[in-house]
Amino acid sequence: MPGQKNIKNVVLDSLWRDNPIFRQILGICSALAVTNLVLNTMVMGTAVIFTTALSSLTVSLLRRWTPRVVRMMIETLIIAFYVILFDQTLKAYWPDMSRNLGPYVGLIITNCIIMGRAEAFANSNKPGLSFIDGLFSGLGYALVLIAVAMIRELFGMGALLGTPMPFFSSSLWDRWIIMVMPPGAFFTLAIIVWIFRSLRFSKSEQTKEAEK
Amino acid sequence: MTARTYGLQLLIILFASIFTENILLARFLGMCSFLSVSRQVKTAFGLGLAVVFVMTCTVALDWLAFQYVLKPFAILYMRYIIFIIIIAAFVQFIEMAIERYSPVLYQNLGIFLPLITVNCAILGASLFMVIREYDFGEGIVFGLGSGIGWMLAILAMAGIREKLNNAHIPKGLQGPGITLILAGLMALAFIGFTGVLAGK
Repeated sequence: MPGQKNIKNVVLDSLWRDNPIFRQILGICSALAVTNLVLNTMVMGTAVIFTTALSSLTVSLLRRWTPRVVRMMIETLIIAFYVILFDQTLKAYWPDMSRNLGPYVGLIITNCIIMGRAEAFANSNKPGLSFIDGLFSGLGYALVLIAVAMIRELFGMGALLGTPMPFFSSSLWDRWIIMVMPPGAFFTLAIIVWIFRSLRFSKSEQTKEAEK
Repeated sequence: MTARTYGLQLLIILFASIFTENILLARFLGMCSFLSVSRQVKTAFGLGLAVVFVMTCTVALDWLAFQYVLKPFAILYMRYIIFIIIIAAFVQFIEMAIERYSPVLYQNLGIFLPLITVNCAILGASLFMVIREYDFGEGIVFGLGSGIGWMLAILAMAGIREKLNNAHIPKGLQGPGITLILAGLMALAFIGFTGVLAGK
């Protein structure tokens, strides 16, 4: 399988066909908590894209010199390095946002997606391709979370990015407070996953997927 | 602070970390293993126990490392790496110790230990402990409570999912979809406990 992948396939796989959230429901731990506001989610998404892309690149560059026995540890350290970089930058230039996100930026280290891409792809592919794979895996992940955040903020607060929206902020719309509370995140993501999986199943009857 | 108010505070932290601020249902940590290991009550119980134990101990160890290494040397930004190394080393150590001294326990619990290293709830508990500036006692109680809360959630979920085996669920909703909806309902129920703390 490795070696034949071209850029177009990698991009399509990571964005749609193999989207980490839809396909494996991986890595939502570190990010679902910040999806109550679109802005927070965008920053968080940027952090994830930054980390996956660059750590995939680094892992791939070092793949010939990494002893196999300690490679998990090395991968973790590489990921931690980029997360710390992002965390410190955010703290220095946007302290309010850093406080909003709390421990969740740091928790990107344990996000399974990044480790998963490093293990499954970057370990056995060229640096350039690994970078693209990491970049678009992160992007596919961020897009889903931003969709969740948009639904939650719109229904819960009647606003998008803090700007009140025409219908939803008027008295015609009873704000669904539950959407900005934790259960709202679970319900929204469940419905998005449901829609996506139904689309997939109607296209290709891969019943064994349902076992997952 | 008198001993009595301190005890009350510990009790509040314990209660909050189990119910109202449940690390899984309100903070979304440890979702990966929650979704994948919640199919049987027995395995969920084993993993839950391991999480309670590891979380309590690592929060305590991370507290010590934070106070006596990270703070004096002013290398707070290194806390992610230090915490992860402590967690990984602790899990590895426990695994070896259990294997050596209690093969029975190892058979039941051993397979869950490697899973725990990558469980974000463990690291998350330590990071929350730092942000909320808990002292040593509060930290341990918080770690214990978060662990129990996580175990409670995954046990309840496994119980429900065992019953769901006979239910007709739309195809696209099977697996993670229905689990997420159930988690949402459980989160709603746990939010109901908020009133207990507010009415104190």
